[in-house]
Formats: sequence, structure tokens, C-alpha cells
Amino acid sequence: MMDIIEIIGYILASVGVLFLFLGGLGILRMPDVYNRMQAGTKATTLGAVGTIMGVGLIHPEWFFKTLIISLFILLSNPISSHALARGSYRSGIKLWQKKKIDAYKNALKKEKEKNEAA
Amino acid sequence: MSRFIFSFIIYFALWVGFTTSLNGQELFAGGLVALIMALLTAKEFSEEGLENLTPHKIFYAFLYMFVFLWEMVKANVDVAKRVVQPKIPLNPGIVEVPTQLKSNPAKLALANSITLTPGTLTVDIIEDKLYIHWIDVKSEDPKKTFEHISSTFEKYIKEIFE
Amino acid sequence: MIYIFLGVIVLGAILASVRFLLGPTSSDRVVALDTLTTMTTAFMVLLGLLFNRYIYIDVALIYGVLGFIGVLTIARYLEGGL
Repeated sequence: MMDIIEIIGYILASVGVLFLFLGGLGILRMPDVYNRMQAGTKATTLGAVGTIMGVGLIHPEWFFKTLIISLFILLSNPISSHALARGSYRSGIKLWQKKKIDAYKNALKKEKEKNEAA
Repeated sequence: MSRFIFSFIIYFALWVGFTTSLNGQELFAGGLVALIMALLTAKEFSEEGLENLTPHKIFYAFLYMFVFLWEMVKANVDVAKRVVQPKIPLNPGIVEVPTQLKSNPAKLALANSITLTPGTLTVDIIEDKLYIHWIDVKSEDPKKTFEHISSTFEKYIKEIFE
Repeated sequence: MIYIFLGVIVLGAILASVRFLLGPTSSDRVVALDTLTTMTTAFMVLLGLLFNRYIYIDVALIYGVLGFIGVLTIARYLEGGL
């Protein structure tokens, strides 16, 4: 029984490190900041959670602590990527030139007008 | 009062989680710290207090965890597939998605869930509209983007937070 | 087995570091830094497994928390709110 859990742990950790690697690859290959963020946040979140939970299964005494770390990563990564996306947009970095639509531009303009009127 | 007890429970659970020990001294120190923190921050910490801990909400939160994990795995396979192709298929843009959620914690949960699912990244929330960077824009109409991106999550989050 | 895991993470980290060096904007660098932080957290947990030391897990947790705060601060700075 113990062995099966350990094997599952190793499988989970392998998938995790694979996604961490893909996250690095994505961040290098994508054409602009926002697309890089997609690769950087998603792939590494699942990668790190998979790796850390895998370690927790291989070493069951650590399971609870690894669960806490995974939960923290799961909660904090989307927040930091959202803050970065917002910060980059407001600091003036444009979307990729082959973008299809940019609804945010108008919304920001409206917000600004509202602030100036007030 | 109910807000105070709720924040005390959350802080104490966090302490036990971080120390992962049931030693008497650790628990005492944790209790003390949680008490002080709860006294200082209970007003800002939560608006609903203990009403956040009804069985109905906890059940839906538990269910939501599985829905969310499944969506997250799908998201990652999707992004991974794009990354390994010689020419990355991209069709990006920022779309507007309306939401019916009212409270701030609910909006935060929705924004976080959207960020971790297929090809979408929340850039900003202005009042009741989410602005989302979408790696493969399928529709520009706010009603259809809602169907594509957030309708699955909103059902659950409504049960949990409102 | 654990050595292979560590090697794969290092490869990914090298790719992210290249992006960190290339830029071109500061946002690109911060995104790369964020990715590197997450990778380092996972790397430390694996090191803990390799050396069988519990303390590495604690270090990973604190590293993750501090990295998160750091990235948030830089994001606020980019936005002009700091």
C-alpha cells in the first residue's frame, strides 16, 4: 500500500517538473508580456503544486506542510500575475501588434474621464 | 463578535498550518498571537463573520475545489500544447466579461479562478466588469465571453460567497 | 530519480533566466523573476527530499511568501502607486 502512494508521488512530481520546464520554455518563446504571463503563471503553478504534493506523498510525514505550501502557491500566483498584468498595462506596455481586440483601453479611458470630472 | 470569532478561527488555523505541531507551548503562543491579530484586524478581515462557515457553503467550497482543479489541469495542458509547437498558435486580445457577483471576496475568487484556467488572465476589475486577456479570442461579445469563460465558476462562487 | 527532477527544473530555470536577461521591458523581467521564484520553491522542496531535511520545507515556504510580496511590490511600483 505504501509503495503505491510513493509511486503516485513520483508520477505527480515528474508531471510537475515537466510543467515547470514548459513554463520556462513558454516564458522564453511567447511574443509579448501578457502571453508570457499566461505561460509563466499557469504552467509553473501546476508544476510547483504537482512537484510539492508529489514530495508530500513520497514522504508522508511532510504531507500537511506540503499541502499548506501548495495552497499558498495556488492562492498567491494568480494574484501576483494579475497585479503584474495591471501594472504593465498601466505603465504603458501595449498588447502584441497581432491582437484581436482591446476592450480594456476604452474602459481605462472612461475611468480617467470620470476621475477628471469628479 | 461573530466577526471576531471568525477571524480568530482563521488565524489560529493558519498558525497550526504553518507550524504543523500540536505541542502545548506552540498552541498557546498561536492562541495568543491569533487573539491579538483578531482584536486588531477583525473589522477589516471579514464582513460576514461566522456566516461564512455554514455547512452549505463549506460543502460547495469542497465541491468547487474539484471543479477548479480539473479546469486547471485542462488549462495547463492547453498552454503546454501551444508552447511546444514550432509556431505558437496565438490569437490574443483583452475582452470584457460581465459578472453578477456583488461582494469583493467573491469577485476575487472569480478573478483568481479565471486566471488559472484555459488561456485567460484577469487584468482588471472595474465595478461589475472583468477585463480578461484571452490567448485565443473566440468571441468579442460580452454575453458570449461570459458563456465561454466564467459561467461554470460563477454558479459555485455564488453558492459559496453569497 | 530526484537528480533528474532537479536537472529538469534547472533547465527550465535557465530558459527563464535567458528571458530575464533579454528583457526587453522591465515587465518581462519581473514576469521571469516571478516564474523563477515559483521554480525555486519547488526546487527547495525537492532538495529537502534529497537530503531528508525538514528545514528545507520551511525555507521554501518563507521563500515563496517573500517572493510573492516582492513581486507585488514591483507590480505596484510599475503601476505608479508606490
